[in-house]
Amino acid sequence: MHTQRNRLMGTLLRKNARYFAIAFLLTALTSLLRFVTPALLAELMDHYLGSEPSRLPAAVNRAVESLLGPGFLERNLWAFGVALVAVSLIGGVSSFYRGKLSSMGSESAALYLRNRLYDHIQKLPYDYHVKVETGDLLQRCTSDINTVRAFLNQQVVAMLNAVFMIVFALSLMLPISVKVTLYSLSITPVIFIFSMLFFRLVIRAFRRMDEAEAKMSTVLQENLTGVRVVRAFGQASNEIDKFDAASLEHRNRGIKVADLEAVYWALSGSMGAVQILISLIVCIVEASRGIITLGDLIVITGYTGMLTWPIRQLGRILTESGKSMVALDRISEVLRTKQEPEEPEALRPDLRQDIVFDHVSLYYDKGNDVLRDISFTVKAGQTVAILGPTGSGKSSLVHLLQRLYEPRSGSITIGGVPLDRIDRAYLRSRVGLVLQSSFLYSKTIRENIAIAARDAAQEEIDGAARTASALEFIEKSEKGYDTVVGERGVTLSGGQKQRVAIARTLMKNNDILIFDDSLSAVDTQTDAQIRQALLSGEKGVTTFIISHRISTLSRADLILVLEDGRITASGTHEELISRPGLYARINAIQSGLEDTASAETEVN
Amino acid sequence: MEYEQELDMAPKKFSLQLWRRILKLSRNHWRELGECMLMLALLGITESLPPLLTRYAVDRFVVARDTSTLGWFIALYAGLLLFNFVISHRFIQLSGHIEWGVNYDLRAKGFRKLQELPFSYYDRMPVGNLLTRVTSDTAQIGEALGWGLVDFVWGVFFLAASFIGMAALNAKLALAALVSLPVMFAISILFQKKMIVSQRNIRKSNSAITAAFNEGIMGARTTKTLVREEMNYEEFSAQTDIMYRRSIRGAVLSALFLPIISSVGAIVTAFVLTEGAGLVLEGVISLGTLAAFMSYITDFFEPVEHIASIFSEFQRRQAAAERVLTLLDTEPDIRDSREVEELFGDNFRPKKENWPPIRGDIDFEDVSFRYKDGESVLSHFDLHIRAGQTVALVGATGAGKSTIVNLICRFYEPTEGSILIDGTDYRQRSQLWLQSNIGYVLQEPQLFSGTIADNIRYADKDAGMEEVKRAARQVNAEGFIMKLENGYDSQVGEGGNRLSTGEKQLISFARAILHNPRIFVLDEATSSVDTETEMMIQRAIEKTLEGRTSFIIAHRLSTVRHADRILVIEDGKIAESGSHSELIAARGRYYQLYTTQFREERSMDVLGKKG
Repeated sequence: MHTQRNRLMGTLLRKNARYFAIAFLLTALTSLLRFVTPALLAELMDHYLGSEPSRLPAAVNRAVESLLGPGFLERNLWAFGVALVAVSLIGGVSSFYRGKLSSMGSESAALYLRNRLYDHIQKLPYDYHVKVETGDLLQRCTSDINTVRAFLNQQVVAMLNAVFMIVFALSLMLPISVKVTLYSLSITPVIFIFSMLFFRLVIRAFRRMDEAEAKMSTVLQENLTGVRVVRAFGQASNEIDKFDAASLEHRNRGIKVADLEAVYWALSGSMGAVQILISLIVCIVEASRGIITLGDLIVITGYTGMLTWPIRQLGRILTESGKSMVALDRISEVLRTKQEPEEPEALRPDLRQDIVFDHVSLYYDKGNDVLRDISFTVKAGQTVAILGPTGSGKSSLVHLLQRLYEPRSGSITIGGVPLDRIDRAYLRSRVGLVLQSSFLYSKTIRENIAIAARDAAQEEIDGAARTASALEFIEKSEKGYDTVVGERGVTLSGGQKQRVAIARTLMKNNDILIFDDSLSAVDTQTDAQIRQALLSGEKGVTTFIISHRISTLSRADLILVLEDGRITASGTHEELISRPGLYARINAIQSGLEDTASAETEVN
Repeated sequence: MEYEQELDMAPKKFSLQLWRRILKLSRNHWRELGECMLMLALLGITESLPPLLTRYAVDRFVVARDTSTLGWFIALYAGLLLFNFVISHRFIQLSGHIEWGVNYDLRAKGFRKLQELPFSYYDRMPVGNLLTRVTSDTAQIGEALGWGLVDFVWGVFFLAASFIGMAALNAKLALAALVSLPVMFAISILFQKKMIVSQRNIRKSNSAITAAFNEGIMGARTTKTLVREEMNYEEFSAQTDIMYRRSIRGAVLSALFLPIISSVGAIVTAFVLTEGAGLVLEGVISLGTLAAFMSYITDFFEPVEHIASIFSEFQRRQAAAERVLTLLDTEPDIRDSREVEELFGDNFRPKKENWPPIRGDIDFEDVSFRYKDGESVLSHFDLHIRAGQTVALVGATGAGKSTIVNLICRFYEPTEGSILIDGTDYRQRSQLWLQSNIGYVLQEPQLFSGTIADNIRYADKDAGMEEVKRAARQVNAEGFIMKLENGYDSQVGEGGNRLSTGEKQLISFARAILHNPRIFVLDEATSSVDTETEMMIQRAIEKTLEGRTSFIIAHRLSTVRHADRILVIEDGKIAESGSHSELIAARGRYYQLYTTQFREERSMDVLGKKG
């Protein structure tokens, strides 16, 4: 688990190495330059305003004198001002590029993660998507990526900054006075450890607050969706009490966090200030004894002041980075799931051929067979209808034809070519499958219909919509084809969605066409219309229809009755009605033989 | 998409009036707010003092090497730190309390309002939108009041006190610092404007990506069947590219801001340093004064950004404040009249002692109903039901069945005509009176988090365990309840999602039975459940209907058959009315419906059987 996560982190850093490397260097430069201003001030005060020797190496002073003439600096103190502005400008440029480059690095990493996850998710097997918890997956794709991005952008820089600051401060302060330095940084470790420990408490309080918020949201959500029940039972008053209790709990948890934060910020701030005070006192004592200069005092107290904030932050970040690692784990877990395998040698044969199922079995979990020993043959261009109870394996059977699942045993051939030798993308583009509950994209209806045939002409779209009995409702609606699905309460009924889904499948060049119970969302009449329109269309398309309507089933060349994963009967309508069994029973109900009789006797 | 809803609200000009109203609504917290501002003002002032201490230390202890007062110095400094600690702790605490207090108050007000608003309001507003208003929008307002003024007040006082401190040391140098302030403010405001726009674009991109991911995940199966992976990926990566560009633009803006501010600051500092050094050499000011000045000027510009951000802080949250105020301003269009309220009490404090008993006669007298948008559903509709009758409503979707039921429950009121309960117009009784006498079972059973028992006694909190069990037994729910780990004390999960649809149905029937209403309304489910549960539900329905006036929006043949009267509703009118056998014999609409829809349902029942 951790190696996977580390490998992903490695990939992110390596891919953006040039950004991160330069950003890291600039972080060092920026922090280094921040140490210059107090040093300039110290040099000015000690050497030029006071009588101490220069703190600069003699070589540097010689170089300045030979360049500008002896005594130049003594006469032109404004040069210090210029130096100060120059340092600030260089620091500014460096800090700008640090910010820009670390953003480019982290945003590129986010871009990479987003695109890779999206691509990967699309290529995961059908079965994965049947079982996946969509809310959780969405969270991995959005907020988890954002956590990683923020980690790379801000936290890494802040951590480095803190480390650089400490290293530079120590190497600049120690030569001045070991004793003063040690005193000056004496409680720095305490601040660091305090920040880390205390922030752990804060995180826990935050979690409790989030839990309280979730509870409150649940009460609210249930109240709003159940508003009719609440009113019908006259429970508004009790609901208010219930919500108030949850809301109060949330408030109290929130206040607890605020109280902790108040202690944290006030205390860690004060500890920093105490650190500066200690530093100042020690400096004063040493300076009054002439052991260090006024300049040294300014440098040391200045540096000490500069350190307190990054140290406080470092403690916080180290505690928080755990969250980022968890997010990275969750992302790499998705990326580890296997995609549908690529098959470079796959075939692309003609699919308007006889289809043969030969002893096909399928299970998703061992010992729980969905299909058992299925064998049948369909001639090219025939229509096969399938009838069966819920859970009998109808859908699984037709899903096999698009290779959404692979059989565990037995074989399926089209024109003698084994299905598993046929290229998946090719197969799916030539086999039209209308799923039981259709998903439309949040695009216009036109785009939805033409989704698998982008350059389609309007006539073709009209034709498909007409065949799918969708034209009428589309033309009736306010914006017609330009209605955007799902936007602002534009909701299509189940039947309307299904018709659009049928139309978009018809736009493909189908050699095989499958309706996975997809006509049952439309009424019997429309069902008949659609089938009629299909019949008058292109010949030679092999069609599979799952239905429970005898009117639909009866016209098929071959009817399969599926029960508990097995074919229990097959044949034509005439053959099946003469045999006792599920088909005959359903036929009796629907042609009114069974029901009307019993209904009328009961009432009479 | 819901994500978009809150985002495309254009940034409006800062509205003082709006915030004044919010402030008025938060009257409870004025004292805390005042104390908080006081703390911040004090903090701003005390935080500007250390340079003066530095000056004293340099001149006295270091330059003059006189440490006789060092003890006092330390005591004073430490005292100042202690004071700072106390007030900064207090202000953060207060801000937190204000934030959460305001949030809590507004939430309570909003929720209460939502309990009063009629269903026509709920029809217009998606639940997600209402949820946002009562959670994140109120939270935003709380943050605005708790923290929005913090930086501003602190900054103003810190700036002013620092300036006074500097001016006291040397007027000329202090003036130089002052002159640079307008430049700093101008830069800050300019950047903030740009950053608000940039942030909004980033948020837009972000929600577009969330929506795209959502669609990618939800539609993954369809995408496979249509072989649309490549195209989807192209569209998606176009979105992420935009996001990348916008994010970099935002990052550049914010990376640019601080260096620019600190460079301007450096110029001022350089000037002060050069001039100050000159003054030291001339003997006008001491070394300590120069050190103090340098320390002042280093921190002087820090509050500028914070002060400048006040408007953007409030502007950013303005949309949230507007949404909450709109909710609170909405007046319910179904209300009890003053007289009714006085006699029978309101929704929250009923006067049950004055409530008349109910028999259950229902009469629609020439009722017409139009929705707000003008769509007419019923016109001149008459219907007379005697107490104890069972009425089944059948007909196509949108024919007006739900409207009739909603009118009976007074979820809506007739636009014209009147509805009489036991011969009296129901507007002369309180809403709660009627609703307390109505049992209601929905198509999609709605349960609440809690235990099974809690849900059954939802309408009668004081009901004993025996009553709960009796109700459950009556609808044959005890069998599955006892199979659960904790029996009646088992948690049902959010919205009841740990139970199957059929089980939720049974619980909702038990809930209605325990409530023991005179009038019962059932919007029958179409969802297919397994045959065994189907039978149990059927029996539960029969049990529930016994001896009550009942209205059923019926989908099941067996329910329809048992009704005393079947009404076929078509275009807001009763097309046919009678018993099952009468209507079958008439060979009209009902017969048609029966031969198509019900036969198909019967087949589905057979096919729903396992094995």
